[in-house]
Amino acid sequence: MGRRVLVTGLGTFWGGRVAQAIERDPDVDAIVGVDRFEPTVPLERTEFVRADQSYSILARIVQATEVDTILHTFLVVDSTRMSARTMHEINVIGTMNLLAAASAPETSVRHIVVKSSSLVYGASFQDPAWFREETPRTKPPSTLVERSLLEVEEYLRDFAEDNPHVTVTLLRFANVLGTDIRTPISKALELPAAPHILGFDPLVQFVEEDDVIRCIEFALGHELPGIYNVAGDGRLPWSEVAAICGKRRWPLSPVFTGYAAAPLGRLGLVDLPPELLDLFRYGRGIDNRRLKRAGFEYRFTSAGAVESFANAMRLRRTVGDDQPSYRYERDVEAFFKHSPAVVRSE
Amino acid sequence: MASGKRVIEGDRTGTLVHLPRQAEGPLDDPRRSDVDEWGRSERVRKLARRLYGPIYRRWFRAEWEGLEKMPATGGALLVANHAAAIPSDAPVIMHGVEEELGRPVYGLADHLFKSLPVIGTLWSRAGGVAAHPENAYRLLREQEQLVLVFPEGDKGPGKTYGERYRLNRFGRGGFVEIAMRAGVPIVPIAVVGAEESMPVLFRVNWLARATGLPYFPITPNALMFGPLLGLVMYFPAKFKLQVLDPVQFDVPPGQERYSKSRIMDESEAIRVRLQEALFEMLRTRNSIWFG
Repeated sequence: MGRRVLVTGLGTFWGGRVAQAIERDPDVDAIVGVDRFEPTVPLERTEFVRADQSYSILARIVQATEVDTILHTFLVVDSTRMSARTMHEINVIGTMNLLAAASAPETSVRHIVVKSSSLVYGASFQDPAWFREETPRTKPPSTLVERSLLEVEEYLRDFAEDNPHVTVTLLRFANVLGTDIRTPISKALELPAAPHILGFDPLVQFVEEDDVIRCIEFALGHELPGIYNVAGDGRLPWSEVAAICGKRRWPLSPVFTGYAAAPLGRLGLVDLPPELLDLFRYGRGIDNRRLKRAGFEYRFTSAGAVESFANAMRLRRTVGDDQPSYRYERDVEAFFKHSPAVVRSE
Repeated sequence: MASGKRVIEGDRTGTLVHLPRQAEGPLDDPRRSDVDEWGRSERVRKLARRLYGPIYRRWFRAEWEGLEKMPATGGALLVANHAAAIPSDAPVIMHGVEEELGRPVYGLADHLFKSLPVIGTLWSRAGGVAAHPENAYRLLREQEQLVLVFPEGDKGPGKTYGERYRLNRFGRGGFVEIAMRAGVPIVPIAVVGAEESMPVLFRVNWLARATGLPYFPITPNALMFGPLLGLVMYFPAKFKLQVLDPVQFDVPPGQERYSKSRIMDESEAIRVRLQEALFEMLRTRNSIWFG
């Protein structure tokens, strides 16, 4: 019997992409996706269930569908997208309900993959150049998103301890850049001049969005208990990131940086939340070697991810927001799939 | 079925098939600057070496003894006594070893630098690395580099002129534990001259609290040259550096913890040797300025 997979956050960028990717996997029998909103990407055989943001009905879904794997992609790491309260509700309460559903007696769940973020390491001047999975953060968390992610990871640790028959894979992703994803960093790089904090040129690290999806697929296909950092090789200074994108830089004051950055948000240019300002000041590096030892191969380095984003940005600037390549057209594909006029091999 | 017609498989349509990318070989890494993973830039370092060379040779007239004891290959942890309000010993040791042995030295320094705009960036580009056990381990064990630390921490440069050349407590012996874990020798270096290059007359505690600095020194340099120029104008004290016999530990590397009593004993033994070497060097010194 094949795998039966539940994907959380199907309506979000990652949930949709992950579902699309695992639809290709012939070993996966059933894919169920839950979210508050309809998926935004076309999906072939994934079934969508509408749930509230804290997933209170999840236990029943898990029980009814007998899924063996949960891909928890729905952790909010971009705090500019919603209020602190909603974020807490989604991250902490949502995960709590998810784990409660997965630890119900006689549950069918054997495998949980969680998409967390390197935000749990923070960014401070006392940091090491590279964080290993075990390295503790050097400063207590000060931002809401970091606190909520740390709380989530704590729940997961307890869950993994209490349920040794379930493989829990916790993936901590570095900042993502790529062809399609929009984050505060990508928005900052799309401005005519990229903001930076005067006098600081931090070393940053990225992972390309394709590598994110491939990594989640990899975690689905392998037994990977524990925590894994996911990031492209190498770190590069923010000035170089701007240079690869062909941008000048726009200085923000090194003191009262929050106040200096606030007008950018007001004007609707780019929201720079406090955790991102910390990153722009001190940078962050996470050691990706454990995942490599497990057999995962990256397709992009950190600088490669920046270039992939820069190329997509140049293309967008020329041809507009429409996706230029052939992606997926529901009607056409439905025609191929269902029309009696199409000759199919049996 | 009629031949020549395109056959579409029933259940595999509509999937997004990734085009195969170049599969083998190293990944495409479009770097544009020469800043490495530690934040060092060879271009900046070359410039810094060129600017600092004359100061090292003409101003401080640094003189080494026992350089042959410095390992030519493999990682080693260099430890030295620390002095001067704005320490002048770290650049002298780093520059000296790089010039004389051709090996780069990674100076681990207080995090404080990194939090300052401009200075922090320049410090990092020129070769400074934040003092964190993870950094030390990676440099020593995996990259087999020379790493310089000052076990006294900021208590070394913070001591007043009256306490000169008397070593403070060597922290909690963390440097010994790092060397044990990395499986590298410790090379002690006794430095004479730094104390007199920018002595601390007294410390102003309330200013230290107000500015968040570990100590706020009043130096004769600042009194003579003003508060700004006094930050960089060192007195031309003669620098003498002596490399002591390396200390090897016969413990298995890579362990999570080592015996605390062993660590404290080793740390104290190194401190005593360094202290004796300093007193011996001072006994034979005729002049602060001419050695």
